[in-house]
Amino acid sequence: MTRLRGRGYAAVNYPTGMNLGGDPSQALIHATTTGTFVVSLSSVDLGQGLKTVVAQCAAETLGLPFTNILVDTADTDTGPHCMGTFASRGTHRVGNAVIMAATEARAIMLDVAAEELEVDAADLETDGTGYIQVRGAEAKRIHITDLALAAHFTHGRTISGRGVFMKEKSEVVPETGEMDPDSCQAHACTVAEVEVDDETGVVEVLRMYSVYEIGRALHPAMATQQVEGGAWMGMSHALFEATEPYYPVRDHGPADFSEYLMPAAGDIPEQVSVLLERPAPTGPYGAKGIGEMTANAPIPAIANAIFDACGVRLDHMPFTPERVLRALDSLRGQDLSAHG
Amino acid sequence: MSYRLSPIDTQYFAPDHEGDDFTVIGSVVTRSDALGHVTGRTEFFEDVRPSGLLHLKMHRSTRHHARLAGVDSSAALAVPGVVRVLTGADIPNNLYTPLKLINVEPDDEPILAVDKVRYLGEPIVAVVAETEAAALAGAAAVRVDYVDLPPVFDVEEALADGAPIVNEYHGKNYFTYEGHHCRRVRLGDVDAGFAEADHVFEWRYQSSPIEQAPVETTGCTVVPQPDGRLRIHSDTQACFFTLDNTALILESDFNKLRIVGGTVGGGFGGKVDVVVEPVACVAAMVTGRPVKFVYGRHEEMQVSSPRAAERIYIKDGVLADGRIVARQVTAYIDAGAYSRHTPYGTTKAAAHFPGPYTIPNVRIDCHCVYTNRTPSSAMRGFGVTIGDFALESQMDRIARELGMDPLRLRLKNAYRDGDMKAHRKRAEGTALIEVMQKAAELVGHELPDEYRRMSSLEAR
Repeated sequence: MTRLRGRGYAAVNYPTGMNLGGDPSQALIHATTTGTFVVSLSSVDLGQGLKTVVAQCAAETLGLPFTNILVDTADTDTGPHCMGTFASRGTHRVGNAVIMAATEARAIMLDVAAEELEVDAADLETDGTGYIQVRGAEAKRIHITDLALAAHFTHGRTISGRGVFMKEKSEVVPETGEMDPDSCQAHACTVAEVEVDDETGVVEVLRMYSVYEIGRALHPAMATQQVEGGAWMGMSHALFEATEPYYPVRDHGPADFSEYLMPAAGDIPEQVSVLLERPAPTGPYGAKGIGEMTANAPIPAIANAIFDACGVRLDHMPFTPERVLRALDSLRGQDLSAHG
Repeated sequence: MSYRLSPIDTQYFAPDHEGDDFTVIGSVVTRSDALGHVTGRTEFFEDVRPSGLLHLKMHRSTRHHARLAGVDSSAALAVPGVVRVLTGADIPNNLYTPLKLINVEPDDEPILAVDKVRYLGEPIVAVVAETEAAALAGAAAVRVDYVDLPPVFDVEEALADGAPIVNEYHGKNYFTYEGHHCRRVRLGDVDAGFAEADHVFEWRYQSSPIEQAPVETTGCTVVPQPDGRLRIHSDTQACFFTLDNTALILESDFNKLRIVGGTVGGGFGGKVDVVVEPVACVAAMVTGRPVKFVYGRHEEMQVSSPRAAERIYIKDGVLADGRIVARQVTAYIDAGAYSRHTPYGTTKAAAHFPGPYTIPNVRIDCHCVYTNRTPSSAMRGFGVTIGDFALESQMDRIARELGMDPLRLRLKNAYRDGDMKAHRKRAEGTALIEVMQKAAELVGHELPDEYRRMSSLEAR
């Protein structure tokens, strides 16, 4: 028995959004009497953090603290339209719609503040802690709570905004495939280091290095979770998962998590990840969508590392111990199946 | 608060970071759902428990491909607690395809099978009962007589002459793209590229179906309202998409339906399908009571749409120095018995090939193929994940054949700003070179100066 080590590389890109049917999302935002801003959406948070990042976008645009933002989603009676959460579109589309809505609301907020402070709105700025103040004369200021009360009860104004992002439908030219199907591309390179046991066929992933260029990391910890959680999922796709393990035969389909194998805590490799940022002009504060792509590069990186380790080329996912052993036997000029 | 945080390297695109001045963007705020999730207080759709709730369970096909000679639900109705059974005749518009909202045709899938079944697990009779146990017992008591038909499971066998027709609404075992049997992309002259090449390599790649495996299974609870509307608590990934499709199936005014969702226990693409809401709505309408329909784990794994299995052939013409001058990709994407979202994913695959490399001559044929298996549909990386497995395995194999460093081979061919992609869109905002340079640095993989100096911003 020998444990053979190898290293494999993979580099990928991934599109943000896909607009073959037109791709809109809308957002509404309004201030309550006490200066909390409610972002109304029908967008779905799958646990990836959409509600958190769109609240960040609203807070940044308004120039207010994150805690001044509430996100109300997803109810089709109260939230404006959203296509849905798929195609790595949520942060990009909904983030842009929220920024547009918040930009409109900010202009009204500064306008009302200008009336309250009896100054020119163009001279006002936000300090990020809740105050709207005169640039260069910061003592002249008003807190958003007082301002929102004044808007409601003195000025009869609504501090609100409407936002929409829409990428128009791209028709595919049938003959050539010419199309404009996405808004931008994110990039990744994964390096996997594996150890292959040539007696059991078990592949252990020792380390994964991930470098992602994602436009801008709106929330670097959640971006890290996507990168490292996705690497786990890609590793799982590479080595463990299949609803039909002997595809195209339908037999032996797993029915629950005791039969459908996935890596457990002990299987998770050491991970080293780095983010690069090349802000996308179309993205909310430059962000690109990375919701989906993080499972992709690990799969070929592991396939290539297995080859580097033991010289077998696995071209059928998943790379189960059975497939590794059969490939090793074939490499040695033996065919297990021929010998029963 | 403790969390893992990847460093952000701003050196590679330093000019883009001039003037960065953010207070909230780029900071690690507490995620809005974290406390609810870790304290168990987040409300998911199953936490909605209206009084008088009925449960819906499905009797499903035990055959891969068969005519329905007879369906007898009398034993199901005799099960204590069973309130109602539904067949295709009870669904106002029993035939649909979810992407009809963006003009994809034809409708090709019944809500409840009539006349024939096309995959193992296809729903035939819905049983509605006072308890989940009674609904399951009722579903098990339905008797179906089948006349088996020959199934086809392999994508290339399905396209061969004489293969059994899986889905009569298409009339052939593939989706038709504006008169073409596949989604095609054409750039340059691939045959001339192969002729010019020093080496021609062709290899085959295969994947198996994969389950999205969310912790929370697909489901909904439909609550009839006093004003005659239906309030649908759902874990859908797309509220209006589900609402619009459901209204079309119910032949209902759109404003009679309301979706309440937005909190989902994992989706990964599996909850973009519209498979539980329409029949649960019909059950709620005919009984006048709230109805819950949620997949069990077995249904989630074997009946709900998986990631499609794909078979991909890549043929490359390569010069001795590693430049790829021609790439031909032939992909067969296993849609299973019905379209769902696979015609779309197949186009996404076609747009993604030939990968992030600038290749002057490209021919892409991506086939959306019907077989007698569980319909596949969206899953994280839809149309791209398996393509990347094939593409990046291919790059490694070429490097090995040429005796080249696999990173240098990729850097040499990597796309850059201004390059023309195969689908004739100019590349912009590219950074493939830089992520490879950084990865090489991380693992101590030495690159010669000319490779370290490469930049996505400089025309090749």
